[in-house]
Amino acid sequence: MSKLVLEKVTKSFGDNTVCRGIDLAVADGQMVCLIGASGSGKSTLLRCMNLLEPIDDGRILLDGIDISEPGLNPQPIRQRIGMVFQSFNLFPHMTALDNVLLAPRRVHRKSRDALMGEVTDLFRRFGLADRMTHYPDQLSGGQQQRVAIIRALAMRPEIMLFDEITSALDPELVGEVLDVLRQLRAEGMTMVLATHEMGFARELADTICFLHEGRILEQGPPDAIFSAPQHDRTKAFLRRLTA
Amino acid sequence: MSDSPPAGAGSSGDRAATLTRRQSYERRARRRATLVAAGSTLAVVLALVILVPLAPGWEAVRKSFFNGAVFRETFPKLLEAFTLDLLIFAWSAPAIAILGLLIAVCRDVRAPALYPLRLFAIVYTDIFRGIPVILVVYLIGFGIPGLGLPRPWNSPYIWGSLALILTYSAYVAEIFRSGIESIHASQRSAAMSLGLSQSDTMRFVILPQAIRRVVPANMNMLIALQKDVALLSFIGPVEILRQAGVYKSLLANFTPYVVAALIFLAVTVPATRFADHLMARQARQRS
Ligand SMILES: Nc1ncnc2c1ncn2[C@@H]1O[C@H](COP(=O)(O)OP(=O)(O)OP(=O)(O)O)[C@@H](O)[C@H]1O
Ligand SMILES: [Mg+2]
Repeated sequence: MSKLVLEKVTKSFGDNTVCRGIDLAVADGQMVCLIGASGSGKSTLLRCMNLLEPIDDGRILLDGIDISEPGLNPQPIRQRIGMVFQSFNLFPHMTALDNVLLAPRRVHRKSRDALMGEVTDLFRRFGLADRMTHYPDQLSGGQQQRVAIIRALAMRPEIMLFDEITSALDPELVGEVLDVLRQLRAEGMTMVLATHEMGFARELADTICFLHEGRILEQGPPDAIFSAPQHDRTKAFLRRLTA
Repeated sequence: MSDSPPAGAGSSGDRAATLTRRQSYERRARRRATLVAAGSTLAVVLALVILVPLAPGWEAVRKSFFNGAVFRETFPKLLEAFTLDLLIFAWSAPAIAILGLLIAVCRDVRAPALYPLRLFAIVYTDIFRGIPVILVVYLIGFGIPGLGLPRPWNSPYIWGSLALILTYSAYVAEIFRSGIESIHASQRSAAMSLGLSQSDTMRFVILPQAIRRVVPANMNMLIALQKDVALLSFIGPVEILRQAGVYKSLLANFTPYVVAALIFLAVTVPATRFADHLMARQARQRS
């Protein structure tokens, strides 16, 4: 069964139409990668999925339930969908630990003590046990991004959205963040990624979606998209990447 | 420079040898700049000291503004009166901070049911930023006790302070609001994506950052407030300005005003320096 389904989703900012009828299904435990040129609408689509941006038309279904119903309270839905951003967006005035604890404490009303075990485990799993009391500006970009992932995971989301989470990193730090994604993949997390890391997408994704001017021009398994793209635009895009 | 000893190896005697060419050039330039600055300052001070007393009215001015005997006589009493200024300041400042913050947050509420709050905040800041402080002090400080309220509610201290609080919180609210708006939208996105409510996002993510960011600006408001406390002298409280006025009449001499000015400076100059320091530090941190 599909975890997340988008049906004819449209979204514009003023007269700039960014999503022009997107259809997409993400099955439970699947990893879907969105690729496409800058401005093709990847970030916008991800922001629509967890209701940070209201969509204009179409539907978004989470476990078969329409979450895009106008007027619906988005808060309980966002709690079930984790999101990680290109620019980390850690809260700079809090330690890594407090960044992670804030939402579970406020939203799930759990005490610090009750959360500590689980959260410490998360930090340990992603190699940051000795960085819990550091502030974001005392961490490297790769460490910050891993904290951001832990922060999202601490809410025990059912699905994770990643928006080009390695694009702001120095090349030597990309690997440590991709390793986290590999780990989540192995644990069966349902994930949607916008990414420019084609090698990574090819290695791990179940489905690649090529976005162009607000449409999914082509989608399929990585081998099909990367080895035998059907659409001229896809070919041009991939050629430009390898050139 | 290839033959200079490694850094730290030389004694203090040949430290100059370890400076790079650029460093020694800058050091020479700095020395010359200091000398020039000292020389020109000295020249100006000398000119003032020599020329001002040559003015025909100088003797009269010196007697009525810089009278040593009057200075010694009035200084302790004026200092005492200044504690009243400090007191009024001390209870007004926290009230201003709290009210200012509340109003800033009100201006940011999105819920339609709370629109009246937002409207109130807008009207409030418009009104109190639009009227001269002294007018608010007069209107509230004379107006409300004029209602014939019983003691202690007819005290000019209360209503004078309220006038300051109302005016200043309008300015402080705008400062807080600019702080709130300066926090990048991505912080809000991150908080919302975690499922935090609007109010938790404001309380735990936006405000703590916004408040820190506007500390220097608010310091400057506090310094202005410290001076404006003296405006209450117009409606009764015998604080330093009024006390100085009393002495002026009594002794037929303006020196008490100079004393009062010096006392104010003793507080505001260090405070201003401190605010500048904070502001410079913040500018450095953000660059
Ligand atoms: N909040 C917004 N207001 C107005 N226009 C927006 C907003 N967010 C995105 N857009 C516009 O939507 C279009 C798609 O932007 P989006 O960020 O989704 O692209 P993207 O595929 O993520 O690009 P990139 O690879 O550069 O991140 C762009 O034309 C952008 O200007
Ligand atoms: Mg993007």
